[in-house]
Order: sequence, then structure tokens, then C-alpha cells
Amino acid sequence: MNEQLTIAMPKGRIFTEAVDLLRNAGFNLPPEFDDSRKLIIDVEEENFRFILAKPMDVATYVEHGVADLGIAGKDVLLEEERDVYELLDLKISGCYLAVAGIPDTKMNDVAPKIATKYPNIAAAYFREQGEQVEIIKLNGSIELAPLIGLADRIVDIVSTGRTLKENGLVEYETITNVTSRLIVNPVSYRIKDERISELVKRLNEVI
Amino acid sequence: MSRLFMFEKPLGMRDTLPELHEAKDKVRSSIEKEMKQWGFQFIETPALEYYETVGTASAILDQQLFKLLDQQGHTLVLRPDMTAPIARVAASKLFKDQVPLRLAYSANVYRAQQREGGRPAEFEQIGVECIGDESVSADGEMISLAISSLKKAGLEEFQLSVGHVGFVNELFVQILGTEERARELTKFLYEKNYVGYREHVKALPLSSIDSQRLLAFLELRGGPEVIGKASELIENGKGRAALDELKLLWEIIEDFGESSRIKFDLTIVSHMSYYTGILFEVYAGMVGFPIGNGGRYDKLLEKFGKSTGATGFAIRLDRLLESLGNLGEPEPVTCILFSPERRKEAYQLALHRREAGERVILQDISSVRNLDACSDTFANVVYLVGKEGVQ
Repeated sequence: MNEQLTIAMPKGRIFTEAVDLLRNAGFNLPPEFDDSRKLIIDVEEENFRFILAKPMDVATYVEHGVADLGIAGKDVLLEEERDVYELLDLKISGCYLAVAGIPDTKMNDVAPKIATKYPNIAAAYFREQGEQVEIIKLNGSIELAPLIGLADRIVDIVSTGRTLKENGLVEYETITNVTSRLIVNPVSYRIKDERISELVKRLNEVI
Repeated sequence: MSRLFMFEKPLGMRDTLPELHEAKDKVRSSIEKEMKQWGFQFIETPALEYYETVGTASAILDQQLFKLLDQQGHTLVLRPDMTAPIARVAASKLFKDQVPLRLAYSANVYRAQQREGGRPAEFEQIGVECIGDESVSADGEMISLAISSLKKAGLEEFQLSVGHVGFVNELFVQILGTEERARELTKFLYEKNYVGYREHVKALPLSSIDSQRLLAFLELRGGPEVIGKASELIENGKGRAALDELKLLWEIIEDFGESSRIKFDLTIVSHMSYYTGILFEVYAGMVGFPIGNGGRYDKLLEKFGKSTGATGFAIRLDRLLESLGNLGEPEPVTCILFSPERRKEAYQLALHRREAGERVILQDISSVRNLDACSDTFANVVYLVGKEGVQ
């Protein structure tokens, strides 16, 4: 019953909010947890093992079953389409995916280019709009692309809109809202069902 | 989904090296033996089939099929599973006298990977199909045989989750009114997206009782008490029949003495349209993916022109090996190093020992450059070198 649960946590912005949420749910996580540089942290008291991964990779660890659970943004789940259970909307780290570009510009008629960290989401979105676009995958600082002429539009995460504004870009369309989700490996969901159900229940009470 | 990096090379093709090959052989033969003891007959079918027949009938998604063209321009597929080819053979040849047919196979199947490695695109499945038996007894037999086979293979810790798509369908249609709306909701289950499922239910114009029924459906996981809980959600008719089937199934597995391995999970759908009744997945610790799955597919045979029920299951040999962990010690091999003048003696010794069941290599010593490495490689080394009597 009390098997260890391995939880993949996203490093960075979502991490703090996720840790707060777990603490609110009554899980006893040590104070040094927050600023540790370790990638694997065992919390023996709760019989948890946390692994700290890049947000984009959390769903991968969970799909392959090396982590039982994970906390991942809906953006990651949409982009990666991993075979995992999406059990709970944790309602933390809210933001949205949007199409942005230089104000008052039109997309190139012949071969409009879209720069993004999310090639699959961007491709699916423009296909639904009936527009043929070319996707350019970037790994960060997406705002640069339209400014220096790499792309007509970008598809990126927007939380406050400040980065866009400071770089003179405007939003054209909102694609979808994004919050963090609790995801579970399908085998763990069955084999460790009692512990996972309890965790879900406790989290659900504090969301 | 068109991704620029899709299919750049055949991802997921793997070699099986001697140690793994031997472990695989052992596991395969122990399972095959068990299946034969249960009266299942093994068959082989070709690796290539027509896309139009077996390809489209199979449960595997179109984008996972390896396709090629034959000389006449027909599209062919590398078989993505064995169920559809067996249904083809059964419908056209074997299933004649309305006597349930029990067939088995162990074969490589092919599924193209769309994204990355870490998963093989060619792997071996061992499985059975029971064709022409529409009773729950047949479903029970499948589950019992799956359990028995895995135990014979040496797997100790594993668990099966059993669902029933007939129940899901009936409940959803009862509440939502149409097949189409039921299908829409089922898609969330298929995609394992419970957050989306709940949001979708809450957005539907339903009475609070009905939306509560749909939300409570997600909790239908656990022991036999789940059947009782499920019957509170359903009104009557077919859904009730599905639950009666599950109840009977539980009794069958209890009689078989393995009910502790079974849990019910009515949220399992596995596929959007393939399965028609009881279905199950097999999980083992240490492996993040199901090691096997099965279920009833009463509509498949129709596609090949015979209308009869069928049920079966398949075990993924690669994942089973992974969950067994330790591959076990390889069989010891004796190496007889001989020089030409004692070749005959060496041959006779080898013959003698091989007959006694030992694995024996005959190696001309003149081809061995590093004798130390040679003696490290083999469990025993016998030198038959130089004149008689000198070892």
C-alpha cells in the first residue's frame, strides 16, 4: 500500500506554485526543498521521490513510467500528446497560448512563417483555421523572430503580456488557456491506485 | 499531424543479441506450452497483408502502419497485429462447423513510431484468439489463460484491469441521447483526459443528477463492489446486461482462484470502436506500459464475411521480458580446442557430449589468437592439442 511514488516536477516558474499546493494539501516537504539544486530529492517522511525536470520533459518521464506522476502545463500535454492520464486541473500557473506579431501587419500570402516552441500546437491551430503556414521551431526568446524578420507571427505562452509589450508586439488571437495538470502513468494509475487516489483526493480539496 | 521530423528514418528497429534471444526463447516456449495445454493451436500468417483488408480492419491507427506497394500497385501493410490476420484466416478457411475455434500465435508485428525511440517499431506478440464463442465463459477463459501464461513465464507481480465498453456506451447513450454525443464523451476517456471529460460534462445541458452520474462514472474502479456502484448509475436494459456479464466473469475468475489479480476499471476503453464487450489490460511493476491486453471484438469477423463473436489477448514479449528483469544465466558452453592431428577425437568427444545435452563448440585452435580471452568466454575449455595424451 505504501509504495514509493515518484513525482516529476517542472523546474522553474511552476515549481514553487506546485510545491505550495502540495504543502497546502498537507504533505510535509522539507524547507530546503525549494532551493535545492539536486535533480532527485527523496522525501522519506512521505515516501515520495521528486525528480526535477524541464517542464517540456515532465510528460515524457511519466509516459515511460520512470515517474508515476507529474505536474505539467496543458501546453506541454497538447504539444507532446503523451499517453498519460490527465487527472486534475491544479489551476496553478495560469496563462494562455496566443498568436502574436508586429501591430497592423498581415501574414505573407505565399508562405506565412510562424515561429514557436510549440510546432504541433501551432500547426494544428492554423490547420483548423484553414491557413497553410510554415512552422519554424525555436527554443526560446520567440519574440525575436518577427522583430528581425524570421517569421510573420509567433505562437507562444502569454502570462502577463509584458514581454510582448516591451518588444512592441501585439496579440492577434488566443488559442487556448493553460494551467498545470496532474498527470499519471497508466500502469502506476492501476498498480499504485490507492496511494494515487489518496493524493488526488487531498489535492482536490485544496485546489 | 504533419511533423517535419516524422519518419525521417525507420525508428525503433532493434537487434536481438544472443543473451536476450535465449531469454526470449525460454519465455516464449513456456507460454506456448501453456497455450497448447489449453488446446490452442498455433498458426502463422504472412508478414505482409493488403491494406484494404487486414490493414483497415486492424485496431492499430492508420498512421502507425508501415505501408508499401506491390507490383500491381496494391497497398500492402506489415501486419500491425495478429488479430486481424487470424480473423481473415478463420473467416475464410477454418471456422466452418460452428465449433468455437481456438488459435494461437507468436509473431513479430510492426508499428511505426511517430516521434522518438524508446519504443520498438517491431516486436513480438504471443497471443490467442477464441473465435465463435460469444459466452462470458470465453472471456473468462482468456483472462485465466493470460494469468496462467504469465505465471508460467515466471512473472509474479502483475495485475489485470477489466472493463466493459458495452456498459460505457449504454450509460453514455442513456444520458446523452445519441451515439454521436456518447462518442464525443468517450473520446475523452480514450485520450485519458479526465480534466477534459469533467469540463465537457459540466458544459453539457444536463440535469444535475445526470451530470453527477457521468462524473461518478470516473470513480468506477476497484474490486467487485464496483459492479454494485455501476448499477446505481444505469437505468436498465443493455447496461445492466453488461454488468451481469462482469459479475459472471468475476465468479469465473474466482472459481479459477485468481480473483486477487483482477480489478475492475470501467473507464478503460482502449480503442474508439474495436472492442465490443469485456476488455482488459495487463500491468506489471517495473514497466511503464501495459504488458498485454485483450478483449471481445464481435464485429471484426463481419469485415471478413463471417458473423460471429470472438475474444482474445496478446502479450508483448519485449515488455514481459523487461518486467521479468534478470535475464537469467545463459546456458554454459564448452569449447573444445583441437589441433588437426586430434580432430577425429575432438569430433567424437563433441558428439558424445552434445548427445548428453551439453552445448559444445568445436574450435580449431589455429584460429584462436587470444587463448586467455577464449577461456574467459566459455564455461569450460577442453584442449585436444598435440600428441595423444597431452592435455
